Amino acid sequence: MLHEMTEMPNAPEAYPRMVRPVSGRVVAGVAQGAAAQLRLDPVVLRLAFVLLTVVDGLGFVAYAALWMFTPREQVNGREPSRDWGQLAAYGVLWLALAAFGWMTGAASGGFGAWPIAIGGIGALILWQQADPGRRKRWMSGAVRQVSTTWVRTGLGALLVAVGAIGFLAASGELAKARTGLVFTAVVVGGILMIVAPWLASLVKELQRERTERIRQEERAEVAAHVHDSVLHTLTLIQRNAHDSREVTRLARSQERELRNWLYQPKQDADVSLAAAVRRVAAEEEDAHGVPIEVVCVGDCALDERLGPLLHAARQAMVNAAKYSGAPVVSVYAEVETDEVTIFVRDRGKGFVLDDVPEDRMGIRQSIIGRMERNGGSARVRTEPGDGTEVMLTMKRNP
Amino acid sequence: MKTVRVLIVDDHRLFRSGVRAELGPSIQVVGEAEDVDSAVAAIAELAPDVVLLDVHMPGGGGQEVLKRVLGSGSQVRFLALSVSDAAEDVIGVIRGGARGYVTKTISGTELTDAIVRVSEGDAVFSPRLAGFVLDAFASTEAPPIDPELDSLTQREREVLRLIARGYAYKEIAKELFISVKTVETHVSSVLRKLQLSNRHELSRWATARRLV
Repeated sequence: MLHEMTEMPNAPEAYPRMVRPVSGRVVAGVAQGAAAQLRLDPVVLRLAFVLLTVVDGLGFVAYAALWMFTPREQVNGREPSRDWGQLAAYGVLWLALAAFGWMTGAASGGFGAWPIAIGGIGALILWQQADPGRRKRWMSGAVRQVSTTWVRTGLGALLVAVGAIGFLAASGELAKARTGLVFTAVVVGGILMIVAPWLASLVKELQRERTERIRQEERAEVAAHVHDSVLHTLTLIQRNAHDSREVTRLARSQERELRNWLYQPKQDADVSLAAAVRRVAAEEEDAHGVPIEVVCVGDCALDERLGPLLHAARQAMVNAAKYSGAPVVSVYAEVETDEVTIFVRDRGKGFVLDDVPEDRMGIRQSIIGRMERNGGSARVRTEPGDGTEVMLTMKRNP
Repeated sequence: MKTVRVLIVDDHRLFRSGVRAELGPSIQVVGEAEDVDSAVAAIAELAPDVVLLDVHMPGGGGQEVLKRVLGSGSQVRFLALSVSDAAEDVIGVIRGGARGYVTKTISGTELTDAIVRVSEGDAVFSPRLAGFVLDAFASTEAPPIDPELDSLTQREREVLRLIARGYAYKEIAKELFISVKTVETHVSSVLRKLQLSNRHELSRWATARRLV
């Protein structure tokens, strides 16, 4: 859930519609969705709903209304399971508050309860704002999550006990119930003393197993990656040792893949322009055995206008890799607020543009023609012996 | 022509000897070091003109060397040389005080040029570093705190763009109708901004890039 919050500022829409997330929900995801909308911690809203439910059931009505009017988030694949531990914690908390409210008459007092409710929410929001960095650290990590759930359950249980004792005392039944209570306390305490060490060792064992499993899974993932890519390539290199060109190509393509795996943010080449440019360059580099260095500044979502730009850029890379004779090709893509520009440059042999026959498809049709047909522009700068640079510009969709 | 005295700091012996063999005659390799402690000691003892510094090394890496050497008031110049393309490493080592960043795929002649350039007090930007800088300085909506340090001039942007497009300094000079010296001045000024700007977005941008 925190992950979603941190991603919010980067969302394409400034004000995305509120949805009810499925993962991490406690009841129906209303509090979580609203929290994401308000950029608050879902815990704050959940507590607010619980608190307001105590006050004449207001929270329940609000929750139900939001539940009805908010669409559920689309999930692909299996639905994540509900966090029952949290639900139990909030349930117990609600019970305790209800008991307390009933005892003191605050809940039925109507307006009397408002200051408490509002004060509570205010205090929670203040707490939430206090030190976001530190709170985020607290809340992240599954182990922390579990322990906060325990704290919440403990607090709820304490409130229930206080509520019950208060009720008995108020109705004058405390003296009668005292012997029974003492007896129960002794029995429960005794059982706890017997079982506690066993429980503790069980919990420790479970945690140890869990970390071990995570570690093994990670090791397995790295091993699988190394095996599939690096070892495979090393085998191919040994087999092709006589063909220096092929060896270079293999090493280069493996280097690129490993680099992407290690350093590049995970990006989808069907969605992001920078990732798409990198993919095109990687494919042409593999096909022609000439390194293509890509530098991207900025990024944007791929749309139908940028398709022709990518095609033209690919053609320019093919020309540079195939005909220029340059040892390396540089590609530079820059996304600005209103346009996207891609430069493809080589320091190869160059050519005289006017000498290119009218029917040569590569330059005239695939690059210049394609860009102009689609509302963009292409400029080719070349001179014999001085390399070639193709500059492609396309306006972005407003 | 004066020879430039260079110390190579890298934890891979094969790589050190490879660089040694590739460097041109204008470079004299005065020593090698393989970890942070030996690097700091060798710099103090040999006083090289330029230190070729690997980013990832046992004992804290290149940044630790920069911190200890530059922290003690030394004027030695550093050129970072790394296999890593991670923005975090690139920006980190430049902010730590290196005067340039090149990747290990660089050719011998280009590396020789870069060392000479750094020894003269100029900055060396690889296309990728130029791209990172453009990205980092563009990725802000907040108004800069110190306009002089926190934003690039139009001319500096043009120079960085050409570097990112794969132009050499000489080609940039020709393209923009300015002298190579002026190109060097612009790049040095960008380097200064990169090192001195306390816009925390810069560091945050570099780390955030890995976390996406």
